[in-house]
Amino acid sequence: MNSRLLFQSAKQVSKEIIRGKAHFTFQPSNGLPAGLENVGTTKMNLMQSVNEAMKIAMETDDSAVLFGEDVAFGGVFRCSLDLQNKFGKDRVFNTPLCEQGIAGFGIGLAAAGATAIAEIQFGDYIFPAYDQLVNEAAKFRYRSGNQFNCGKLTVRTTWGAVGHGALYHSQSPEANFTHTPGLKIVVPRGPIQAKGLLLACIRDPNPCIFFEPKILYRLAAEDVPNGDYVLPIGKAETIKSGKDVTLVAWGTQVHVALEAAQLAKEKLNVDVEVIDLQTIQPWDEDHIVESVQKTGRLIVTHEAPISSGFGAEIASTIQKRCFLNLEAPIDRVCGFDTPFPHVHEPFYMPTVSRVFDSIKKTVNY
Amino acid sequence: MSIFGALKISLVERIWANMALFAKQLQTITAGGLRSQQVRMASNEVSFHTKPYKLHKLDNGPNTSVTLNRDDALSYYRQMQVIRRMESAAGNLYKEKKIRGFCHLYSGQEACAVGMKAAMVQGDAVITAYRCHGWTYLLGSTVTQVLAELTGRMAGNVHGKGGSMHMYTDSFYGGNGIVGAQQPLGAGVALAMKYREQKNVCVTLYGDGAANQGQLFEATNMAKLWDLPVLFVCENNGFGMGTPVERSSASVEYYTRGDYVPGIWVDGMDVLAVREATRWAKEYCDSGKGPLMLEMATYRYHGHSMSDPGTSYRTRDEIQEVRKTRDPITGFKDRIITASLATEEELKAIDKEVRKEVDEALKIATTDGVLPPEALYCDIYHNTPAQPVRGALIEDTIVQPYKTSADLLKAIGRA
Repeated sequence: MNSRLLFQSAKQVSKEIIRGKAHFTFQPSNGLPAGLENVGTTKMNLMQSVNEAMKIAMETDDSAVLFGEDVAFGGVFRCSLDLQNKFGKDRVFNTPLCEQGIAGFGIGLAAAGATAIAEIQFGDYIFPAYDQLVNEAAKFRYRSGNQFNCGKLTVRTTWGAVGHGALYHSQSPEANFTHTPGLKIVVPRGPIQAKGLLLACIRDPNPCIFFEPKILYRLAAEDVPNGDYVLPIGKAETIKSGKDVTLVAWGTQVHVALEAAQLAKEKLNVDVEVIDLQTIQPWDEDHIVESVQKTGRLIVTHEAPISSGFGAEIASTIQKRCFLNLEAPIDRVCGFDTPFPHVHEPFYMPTVSRVFDSIKKTVNY
Repeated sequence: MSIFGALKISLVERIWANMALFAKQLQTITAGGLRSQQVRMASNEVSFHTKPYKLHKLDNGPNTSVTLNRDDALSYYRQMQVIRRMESAAGNLYKEKKIRGFCHLYSGQEACAVGMKAAMVQGDAVITAYRCHGWTYLLGSTVTQVLAELTGRMAGNVHGKGGSMHMYTDSFYGGNGIVGAQQPLGAGVALAMKYREQKNVCVTLYGDGAANQGQLFEATNMAKLWDLPVLFVCENNGFGMGTPVERSSASVEYYTRGDYVPGIWVDGMDVLAVREATRWAKEYCDSGKGPLMLEMATYRYHGHSMSDPGTSYRTRDEIQEVRKTRDPITGFKDRIITASLATEEELKAIDKEVRKEVDEALKIATTDGVLPPEALYCDIYHNTPAQPVRGALIEDTIVQPYKTSADLLKAIGRA
């Protein structure tokens, strides 16, 4: 589709703005994580699985506390629903509206040996806390020669587009943090991963930032294994095998990628391998390398703006490690280099059509 | 003092223009002063008593005896009714899914904005947080521009590019989406005023929730250090999102929390108390004494945002009680009728007009077009010539067809 055509269709669309309709369909996981096939499952959405993970974390660790803006009554997304009733006001409590304070407080608490689960209500509000996370949390261990650390800190925050969030309720700031050694950055694609990865983050001896795709809180429901389990941080997962193109995504965008892969199979008879990166830092290089050695082609897609997005890091590494395997330039399908728009969100998003178009160009290169 | 130096260079050419502006303002102020003197002598002026102000580090404060004339009475009533009606309309549009995303309603707090606006003069500036619809209207936007911005239409205050939290007029530096981010900005605006020797203030508003952000501490220090003409106004509506003030703030005496910055507690449900306190505070600032903190004790009827029903952390009875006993509009209405400044019929006529104005605005806000998609990559940088924007289409980059929304609007005949 050339730009003129896109404009024409865009004009038609803009006459009757389509908003509030998700730009993807949630695709539940195919099967359960290894070792969890027989533990039994409960149908949960992402909000419930996050809630369940925190409940388990607090049951299994007396020092675990949860705090943030309005978390006492469950938080705006209800992720901490009933946790105050279960664990008391000493362990689940509201903070004032002060993100820098929340992060710094969490670092102190964690440094003193407690497990700190801090909620920042929106990823977009994490920037007042940026200094504390980047300069304090990330470097505590290094600058004290490993005498001190705040590894027991996990910052949970909501992430990504919701269809109508506009400038300050839609951003995906993962790349702002991957530029800081010392932090671990995780984004789950659905309830099963959210539960296992959040528990892993809470128990990981490093400060972690756990980004929860807020559009999935209610929209994504699947059968989540019962009981306590963790999924490994730093491991990517191939969720659809294919031989022609490797398509890497994380969070909500995994579902867009799966749809595009399906479309590519139907329309182009192209087999796309879809990989959920899951941990953005430290990322699973070998997993992507192995896949690209097989397919010879790579596309990375994320909602954040293209320039300096994490896709750039992946593209650079893969071109170096797979230079002789590559059959086409590595492509990136991302958000635009604009602030996150209000009415024009549908155009900004790296939609199924844009990913599909990239697949087409990549295989025809 | 490099900050002053830098400002000096960039402002040199504006100083002459501003001196002219200042002379003009002085005329306006003098004329206004004379007019009110005359009115004061006329018989249709009535005295009222406000609740006592509480003072922090001040020997004297605003007068608890205030006067009101008929024209002002009708005007304040109308403004408060427009805001109430407009916010109800916004709430309904949200329920109909015509407004999506974030929408923070001002209902219950009308007297704060209307009272402060009544004491402001040409050149005074305002910056606030996300509860900005009422302010946008008072500072020059039409109801249509506010509602159409909410629905994301071209007739909106920023043509649909901002939405609920981002509206602007000449002297209104906007609503802001990040809690507390506007506080240092307000101090900066005030520095420019001081530098230009304007007799103006920057009204810098925040809520009781944002009072706990560190940025206020930093802004307060700079404002006092350089004696900037800034009014830090805490609209204390009792709840920072879903948490009552007592559970979020170690001190709920927000007017004292500037420490070395003097403060005044004001009954924010009484438009006349707010007007008088603002008038007094402006005089204080204008005389070069530096910043003041005002706490407006008020209440919000709706939840923090539309996703908050506003009933999980307070009772419905509490809200009903405030509506019955402290409502800024009903209270004011009763007072001006009792004082014979207006009749019930006159106010009914105003209500009818307001309803019509809002209904007409609603029509445009729900039918006007949406800014063409080219607007997505306008207004990113100030740049000449047009700049390529990465990732803006299926192809890698596009050269901006229009650099600003204004260019685009002109091209489609909507300038």
